[in-house]
Amino acid sequence: MNLLIKNARVLDAAGEIDEVCDVCVADGFILTLIRQGSSDWPTDFQPDEIIEAQGQYLFAGIVDLAAWLREPGLDHKAILATETYAAATSGITSLCYQPERDAGFNNAAQVNLIKDINAKLNYATVHVIGNLTLSLAGEQLSNIGGLRRAGCVALSNGWEPLANLRVMRRAMEYATTHEFTVFMYPLAHELAADGCAHEGEVATCLGLPAVPAVAETMAVAQTLALMEMTGTRVHFCRLSAAGSVRLIRQAKQDGLPVSADVAVHQLFLSDMNIVDFDPLCHVKPPLRSHADREALLQGLRDGTIDAICSDHQPHEVDAKLATFQDTEPGISALETLLPLAMRLVQTQELDLLTVLRKLTYAPASIIQSEAGRLTAGAPADLVLFNPDTAWTLQLEKMHSMGKNTPFAGWNFTGSVGRTFLAGRTVYQSSAKNTM
Amino acid sequence: MHSHLQPGPLPASMQLASGNALKHFLTIEGLPSTVLKAIMARAEQFVTLPAKQQKKAPLLRGKTVMNLFFENSTRTRVTFEIAAQRLGADVINLDIRTSSATKGESLLDTVRNLEAMNADMFVVRHEHAGAAQFIARYAAPHISVLNAGDGRHAHPTQAMLDMFTIWQNKGDFEHLRVGIVGDVLHSRVARSQIHALTTLRTGEVRVIAPKTLIPTGLEGMGAKVFHTMEEGLRDLDVVIMLRLQRERMQGALLPSEREFFKLYGLTEQRLQLTHPDSIVMHPGPINRGVEISSEVADGERSVILEQVTNGIAVRMAVMSMIMGSTMAGGGA
Repeated sequence: MNLLIKNARVLDAAGEIDEVCDVCVADGFILTLIRQGSSDWPTDFQPDEIIEAQGQYLFAGIVDLAAWLREPGLDHKAILATETYAAATSGITSLCYQPERDAGFNNAAQVNLIKDINAKLNYATVHVIGNLTLSLAGEQLSNIGGLRRAGCVALSNGWEPLANLRVMRRAMEYATTHEFTVFMYPLAHELAADGCAHEGEVATCLGLPAVPAVAETMAVAQTLALMEMTGTRVHFCRLSAAGSVRLIRQAKQDGLPVSADVAVHQLFLSDMNIVDFDPLCHVKPPLRSHADREALLQGLRDGTIDAICSDHQPHEVDAKLATFQDTEPGISALETLLPLAMRLVQTQELDLLTVLRKLTYAPASIIQSEAGRLTAGAPADLVLFNPDTAWTLQLEKMHSMGKNTPFAGWNFTGSVGRTFLAGRTVYQSSAKNTM
Repeated sequence: MHSHLQPGPLPASMQLASGNALKHFLTIEGLPSTVLKAIMARAEQFVTLPAKQQKKAPLLRGKTVMNLFFENSTRTRVTFEIAAQRLGADVINLDIRTSSATKGESLLDTVRNLEAMNADMFVVRHEHAGAAQFIARYAAPHISVLNAGDGRHAHPTQAMLDMFTIWQNKGDFEHLRVGIVGDVLHSRVARSQIHALTTLRTGEVRVIAPKTLIPTGLEGMGAKVFHTMEEGLRDLDVVIMLRLQRERMQGALLPSEREFFKLYGLTEQRLQLTHPDSIVMHPGPINRGVEISSEVADGERSVILEQVTNGIAVRMAVMSMIMGSTMAGGGA
């Protein structure tokens, strides 16, 4: 299957390209980009379909570093079929399956099961992040060599604590032996205790158990100190605190092999959003202050934070129908990742190529994937995007099984027209292109 | 499954119906001062009305009040029970901690089951902040919810009985200096008191405690923070002592009860620092020799027993206002 996509505004963060050109796709891979006025038509290229895309953006499919995909252990919350389709409708072509207690990866068989299920669906590439410790219990190592052979892209213990710093050191060393990047969720559990809200004025007024920002920065500092010794490549997940951004900025200047991401909701919401005990804004790490939000944006601008992710956590309705601290944290976020990220461009917080880099090329590099770029030879995971379509997020129109989002009713500009996975159309909007 | 229910914000503003009529009583925060003053005025009527006459005015006759206590507190429950009974309501006490909740039933299911028993009002105490707001939001529309304490968030009837006691003793709030001493960190009473005092435009609101017992960002609620009694007590018109729970020593919040009393206990000597006409309050139960000395607790400045009496009048006031019943005649 060969495709010719004509006259789109092609945006490629890897090659710093932002211009109208034609893109040739052959057998699932990008063959070449033909710049306007150029006559470099590839020899022997016969398109099966020619797509006229004038006025649309064309960029690499989004690589989402964190989706809690739930199947098989928590399939009352979500299953791969619904979530990968939701991803396709939202321009996400690669998902990293984040392990958790009831849906984790201790060995190759568990990884292969997910790969088998997904091979039949084929809406998006699902990368698996393996368990760092057995059952994420924080005591013994999982079968890390096996996880490497099964193709895991990283290891993580999620939000589950490691027993102590000695286990952490050993786990980092063993992961490094197998050339794994460790996805570290920075949290000093002793300082966080049972907190569920940012320690500050709002939590104090509401009387909610609070997590101080230092619970995160303390863990970042400890990890950085260990990294210097173990040489481990560490990716910090879901930064929320200004102090963490400062520490990681310094670590990058010092040359440590470190990267970081932020969940997109942290760039829009703050602890002010929980003043009415809104369980939809119960997230982990908690929504922090305006100053933290500003620091996260600055971290994105100056390159301290590499990637923006969804941190997609679909839940059944009952998981959010309880007192704030009894509700399960997280937002069903696949379908708002790109819309919210594009808002950062519209409000001039970040420029378009920077946002796309944080969604595609940078996260792809963190998991050593060839996706996320429009270079010749890269997989043809592509998104055609109508930049001017106005729409409103409605729960009943969401594709994810989880409808837990605080962004219902928000107005967005720009929508996905068509998503390609390895050159194959996995989603096409039924709406007319309303340029 | 409650698939027809939509999770979302639980705004405290739902406690007010049109015309600032009380529909629920969930938190002091956000209530206008007129409502707080109306509660005090109504409580004043109940205090001055002889008990005999009260029984002739059963404003809640035919109504059913359910005390839903997810957290034990016999004292508080009894004051609500007396208040409801004096108003002629049928009262049902449910100690939920020992029943369904421990069998894994969700809070929502518990509420659904109880409202099916024709209740008109839930008096709720729960160990989680926001529980009363949650129940008010999801209970059937004819049910009113009265918060009897939720986590560290709010205890609005306690705060109102304290305001009523201050008002009886001191009149207007605008010239008063009021200090709250002790474990503010864990105290829903202190939070509701601060909201009530600032809403009533109290001249100065102070809290006095070591750093470990002051929650982050408390100044944002409108209180000045002091760490020594010597500074904090100076010229106070009202001293409110908070109860110190014994388990606080375990969390490394304090070295010992002895040291706390030495540094923050209210003694006759320290009381000299306050205004000569100051009053001393405590929500009870008192830990003598931990936060307050016996001489002060039983002394002439103490209004602690008045608070207990006023507690019933204030709860009657709030219940009758929620039920929309007006006092016929019987003005103060």
